[in-house]
Amino acid sequence: MIRVAWLILRKDLTVEVRSKEIVYTTLFFAVSCVLVFAFALVREGRGPEDGAAGILWIAVMFAGNLALGRTFERERQSETLRALLLAPASRPAVYVGKLLGILVLLFGAELLLVPLVALLFQARLLSHPFWLTAIMTTGTVGFAAVGTLFAAMLVRARSRDVLLPVLLYPITVPVIIAGVRGTATLLQPELDAGIIRFWFALLVTFDVVFVTLALWTFEAVMTD
Amino acid sequence: MAVAVVCGAMLAISPLVIASADYESTMGLVQKIFYYHMPSAWIFLTASIVCGVASIRYLMTGDPRHDRTALAAGELVVVFGLLTLVTGPLWARKAWGTFWIWDARTTSSLVSWMIACAYLILRRYGGPGSEKLAAALALFGMANVPFIYISVNYWRTIHPATSVVPKLPFTMGFPLWFCVITFALLFIVLLKLRVRVEEQQARVDALYLSLDER
Repeated sequence: MIRVAWLILRKDLTVEVRSKEIVYTTLFFAVSCVLVFAFALVREGRGPEDGAAGILWIAVMFAGNLALGRTFERERQSETLRALLLAPASRPAVYVGKLLGILVLLFGAELLLVPLVALLFQARLLSHPFWLTAIMTTGTVGFAAVGTLFAAMLVRARSRDVLLPVLLYPITVPVIIAGVRGTATLLQPELDAGIIRFWFALLVTFDVVFVTLALWTFEAVMTD
Repeated sequence: MAVAVVCGAMLAISPLVIASADYESTMGLVQKIFYYHMPSAWIFLTASIVCGVASIRYLMTGDPRHDRTALAAGELVVVFGLLTLVTGPLWARKAWGTFWIWDARTTSSLVSWMIACAYLILRRYGGPGSEKLAAALALFGMANVPFIYISVNYWRTIHPATSVVPKLPFTMGFPLWFCVITFALLFIVLLKLRVRVEEQQARVDALYLSLDER
């Protein structure tokens, strides 16, 4: 199972390294999102209180939506998703492989977004690197776990481009709440360890529940 | 049929029953919207659970009967959810001084209502094969609610707890339970009707198919 997932991840990365299409479009889109928010909200060099946390997560989710859509559109164009499903590999392994590919992309985008938001909004995002990494990682995993499942399911549906955000955003509300609140806690002058631990624990629980559910549902849904 | 008649009659006289209830000491007339708000909120929750459970059973068995129940319940979630979300703010304007507060109950209700809308959008525009996707969405939506509830609850919550219900005086308790029963009957009648429409639709489709094959 781990080998299959690894092979799918390597395949996705190889395709992406050759075309660089998703990396460039996603990064450019994420950066323009942040810039739009900066133009709209930053006054005299400062953004609204806790604004940086919200904008960081909005940018991650918008970029994630774009990356998810493109990744599976690529699989659809040449019917390669069907080939993947026909291959003698377990369905959960295929899911994990695709999920890892999305995660690599999103973590890459976050490496760029975090310093950018910190700079434009003069936010102390980088003062607690350990907790920031923990919150960003768990939040991104939760978002991508649900997103990968839905994007994969929607490959065969009509009007899939519109349906993905329509389905994905309401379902990932807990990730937004916990991610934004957790990140906003890090922006406070004094770190409240109890609050940050609560949001982290909530995100971890969300990840465990939704990855488990997705592994089970992927099997049930991706059969013809 | 008999249930439908009883339900219609109860619905028709429910305003009279509510009018006979005592006035609440601080809110007066506005408080009476509560007699429709709480039953519809309960049915909203019941319908969501019916939709989620039917969806899980559909995913496990692939039996289209469960799928039809899930669809019918999903539509009722949107209807009763809308009732809840409209009557709630009307009451809150008087009770809390503002139409909307992001507390645990309001937020989780709003998000589950949005998930139900997304469910119907998917069923309507997803094209063939969207039943299974919708079932997966319903499953995820149901798993989602506790998370939203816990996360918002962690901030602060001001929505009254349901624990006040058993403590209500008879003059207020009777209209409340009357409305709860009315709404529950309404839910059952609508659910059955909607499932029947879907069943007949499926039969018509099957007949057309067999006609084409001949």
